[in-house]
Amino acid sequence: MLHIHCPYCEEYREEEEFSVVGEAHIIRPLAPEELTDQEWASYLFFRKNPRGLHHEMWAHSHGCRKFFNMTRHTVTYQILETYKMGQQPSITTEDTK
Amino acid sequence: MSNSARVESPLEHADFAGLAALKINGGVILREAKLLGHLNLRGNANDPDFLKGVKSALDLDLPLAPCSSAQNANTTIMWLSPDEWLVIVDGVTEAAIEGKLRQSLRGHFAVSDISGAQTMLEISGKDCLQLLQKSIGYDLHLDSFPINKVIGTALAKSSAHIRRTGEYNFQLIIRRSFADYIWLWLQQSSKEYGLSVTL
Repeated sequence: MLHIHCPYCEEYREEEEFSVVGEAHIIRPLAPEELTDQEWASYLFFRKNPRGLHHEMWAHSHGCRKFFNMTRHTVTYQILETYKMGQQPSITTEDTK
Repeated sequence: MSNSARVESPLEHADFAGLAALKINGGVILREAKLLGHLNLRGNANDPDFLKGVKSALDLDLPLAPCSSAQNANTTIMWLSPDEWLVIVDGVTEAAIEGKLRQSLRGHFAVSDISGAQTMLEISGKDCLQLLQKSIGYDLHLDSFPINKVIGTALAKSSAHIRRTGEYNFQLIIRRSFADYIWLWLQQSSKEYGLSVTL
């Protein structure tokens, strides 16, 4: 079981309380009608699948029901940080920027 | 057919009155605090007018620290998330209190009467900690779960908000649709300690 720090409840909780939502920091294009099909498809469907650091969105679904972000290592499962929505990660690598 | 509406707790069929009459002396004591008024309140905790409005309507300061709660004679406010609180009041008074909140709040806020959507169970007794340890993955030590703390957690794969009201006293706020499942779960998990129901 992962022990996850919820930045809103400000404490560690069991993984059972959380759900993983997917890649974080995906920004919806401001003018979707001006995009090519390829750009729109990559916004909608194409996600990073890194081996190493990954910024992903989680939801504390059984607790405060807030979404938040997490920097996690996809090989070791180590959670390096969790941070609130709207904030930027403090731990990044060239690949995750 | 009667024309008068009748409110029923989601655990009406469990016949707590009949079970209480058995006067079982168990290690876990269960009581349904049924038909209370549950109001869900949402608003911006950084807005001083919102805090002032809640204070004037409920005569109680909104608990702002994560997982905290506040209580006076007839109202309990539980922190659910940074912009969401559960206000528990005596049954039947919830509509008047909802009106009072709407009158004293301005701008961006929401008050919803969710009394019919959930119910409260109170568990106590010398073995209630063991029962909870089987059901939730949270540290129940008084250092991590002090009195008046409220946590939203997974209870037997369903969700519940749990508030500690004493060293051996807890309130469980559970959803109506899961009430029967949790009632069955509590009966089975407390079998080894004995379950006594009180009214």
